[in-house]
Amino acid sequence: MKLTVKDLNSFYGPAHILFDIALEVGEGEVVALLGRNGAGKSTTFRSIVGLVENRSGRVMFEGRDVSELPTHAIVRGGLGYVPEERRIFTDLTVEENLEVGRQPKRAGAPQWDRDKLFKLFPNLGEMRGRPGGRMSGGEQQMLTIARTLMGNPSLVLLDEPSEGLSPKIVEQMVDAILAMKKEGVSIVVSEQNLHFARLISDRAYIIERGRICFGGTMAELDARPDVRDAHLSL
Amino acid sequence: MAFYVVQFLTGLASAASLFLVASGLSIIFGVTRIVNFAHGAFYMLGAYVAFTLTDRFSGAFGFWGGIVIAALVVAAIGVLVEMVLLRRIYHSPELFQLLATFGLTLMVEDLVVLIWGPDDLVGRRAPGFKGAIDFFGQNIPSYDLFLIALGPVVLGVLWLLFQRTRWGVLVRAATQDRDMVAALGVNQKWLFTSVFALGVFLAALGGALQIPRDAVNHAMDLRVIVEVFVVVVIGGLGSIIGAFVAAVLVSELNAFGILIFPKISIILVFLVMAVVLIVRPWGLFGKPEAPARRTPGLTVNPWRPLTTNERLAAIAVLVVAAALPFVAGNYVLTVGSEIAIFVIFAVSLHFLMSVGGLASFGHAAYFGLGAYGVALLAKMAGLPMIACLLLGPLLGLLGAAVFGFFAVQLSGVYFAMLTLAFAQIVWSIAFQWVSVTGGDNGILGVWPEKWAASPSHFYWLSLGIAALAVVVLRIIVFSPFGFALRATRDSPLRSEAIGINGKRIQWTAFVIAGTVAGLAGALFAYLKGSVFPDNMGISLSVDALVMVLLGGVETVSGAVVGAIVYKALNIWLVSQTDLSKLVLGGFVVLIVVAFPKGIVGTLEAFMHRRRKSSSSASSPLLTSRIESAE
Repeated sequence: MKLTVKDLNSFYGPAHILFDIALEVGEGEVVALLGRNGAGKSTTFRSIVGLVENRSGRVMFEGRDVSELPTHAIVRGGLGYVPEERRIFTDLTVEENLEVGRQPKRAGAPQWDRDKLFKLFPNLGEMRGRPGGRMSGGEQQMLTIARTLMGNPSLVLLDEPSEGLSPKIVEQMVDAILAMKKEGVSIVVSEQNLHFARLISDRAYIIERGRICFGGTMAELDARPDVRDAHLSL
Repeated sequence: MAFYVVQFLTGLASAASLFLVASGLSIIFGVTRIVNFAHGAFYMLGAYVAFTLTDRFSGAFGFWGGIVIAALVVAAIGVLVEMVLLRRIYHSPELFQLLATFGLTLMVEDLVVLIWGPDDLVGRRAPGFKGAIDFFGQNIPSYDLFLIALGPVVLGVLWLLFQRTRWGVLVRAATQDRDMVAALGVNQKWLFTSVFALGVFLAALGGALQIPRDAVNHAMDLRVIVEVFVVVVIGGLGSIIGAFVAAVLVSELNAFGILIFPKISIILVFLVMAVVLIVRPWGLFGKPEAPARRTPGLTVNPWRPLTTNERLAAIAVLVVAAALPFVAGNYVLTVGSEIAIFVIFAVSLHFLMSVGGLASFGHAAYFGLGAYGVALLAKMAGLPMIACLLLGPLLGLLGAAVFGFFAVQLSGVYFAMLTLAFAQIVWSIAFQWVSVTGGDNGILGVWPEKWAASPSHFYWLSLGIAALAVVVLRIIVFSPFGFALRATRDSPLRSEAIGINGKRIQWTAFVIAGTVAGLAGALFAYLKGSVFPDNMGISLSVDALVMVLLGGVETVSGAVVGAIVYKALNIWLVSQTDLSKLVLGGFVVLIVVAFPKGIVGTLEAFMHRRRKSSSSASSPLLTSRIESAE
């Protein structure tokens, strides 16, 4: 397994947010984490990369226990994270944003550099010197993914990449994610949009109120309309 | 005409050091979000170390090498401080960060006296820049010309560093969103340490370069830090260009202000700062900040008025305290009066800090204004004591109304810096305006009238007023005004949205706190029979902060306990050691790192846990910290 999460519990102050989350991601797989707003998708990702301080449970990445490592060490180990809010450095140019994400080459993980990323996201190549704050939402979404890829990750946590984007940009996003998969990057993508998830994912988990309530292939999910209707708004 | 040109160039030369120190402060703040109050101390250390090195090694190489090595040595000390102290408090509320670095400043002040002695040290002249250049009959020291050229050079080097290197890109990224930088695999720890090292290096270099111009002494840290705060408030915290422009502006205002108001030249700088704050509260080149992190209120324990039993207990304690004159001698009663006065002072600051969420670093200004108010009324107008006690604090009210108006336009660290700068301005007026305030000699002979003259009577008077002040402030806490003030503290936006005029509420709180502090100062003047500029000095402001912190910032009346414990300890300590600043500073650092809840806060948490465990079946998490749930 590329990534195994076991018994993950997370808290924000007195509030218990995640309950015994368990996930598995295979080599080269694209796995969707589906759930409504506030179900715990972002918190799951933040907990995996160590951004939620109050948490317990085990996160195994490439056979190594990374639960106790600081965020930067987890990410340096090849586990990339693309936050939901995009969090572009607005004062920095496109190229400088990419520079922040740059990490040394890693054996066994797909390699990325600026030119390769500008090929994957041609829009970015046309605005290399533009400050991040003066880009559209879709462009920022591409930049934040490209920035994480600069770290040559072998697995990427993609938090709601389609959120708030126009249908045309969403199409580009689908192509980009499939291209990443083809390069060999394993991906966990959180989504509210089942249609979008179906286009890219091999398997899916459904999370509801901080608990995983379904796990299986997309075909298995389609065979259970009751589960789908109970936990996802369509 | 030539005279004005020379004056202008002198201003530019002074700007160089100021820019170095201010840019260091700005860079550190940008990434770590810590306003390093100890920056003045590093500046001073730079000057002292450079003095020793340039004295020891001769020749041009000895001088310039000494300057650079001094800055490097101090930067290394800075790295040590960052790793040992600051790393523990990066996630603390900003108040604690300010206090810890302030405690450090106090320690350094005593340490330099211990190492280099209390006298001014006159450093070597710079080799190659010893003479002066004649400009239409006016002399310009050639070293000044060197400094004038240095400022823009440093600005350019910093610009290249931040724009053209990977390190610079990472620093700029971290300035905006340091968690995201970590989420991209960058080790923040070393980024923070290197940034701190650079900032301290710049401060120490600024200090070292001053030695050919000025004598080195152990008060230069506070002088420069106040000017630097003014510079970053005007230029915008976090902006290097802003630091440069504002350093030039402030230095020129100083250079020409001397010609206009020879006695109180700082007034001119103050006026400019006030104008900038009204037009652009975040400074000329700064950016509007998101609302500051919440300062107090780490725990979920809600405040509540005292229960009947607790009220009876408080009254019992008061009765016991009032019985003191029947058992104690005059010395103990005088100490008791002083403690009661400091209870008043501490609760006034506590009200502003805990209830208002406004951590003032210059609260002594209003204490001192009250004291001077009484002294002036009693000595010049010859008013009776009751009238003085009632009218004297009004000077504190007036000062709080004027300065508070500007201060509440800001929040968090800006607020702290501005209140400190205001207090220093008031202090320097008291110090320099000799014809009215007597300057350093103060005003003597302010004795209470017969009815209050005996130690026991004065003790009862102080105790009564202290009890009254505590009760009144508590009533305000649980009044609609108090609720509005706390709402503004906890969420400026939400309270604004339900129709609370936050600024006005905070201003009112500032005025209330200033008036109560003035009352304490008024009593203090009668207790001591005199007033001095030190009655509004920085160390008094810090004393008050420590009292509040010691009692517990998150409590309703913890400052009462804090003031009693601290003042008693302080009076004992001063009689025991000459290094009171060193001990006090160390004490502050210790509280912040090891004991952030204070005495009353720790007790409350303990009681709370006991109640919880006796009622059982409840999560221990209820008293744990709230993290912002994004």
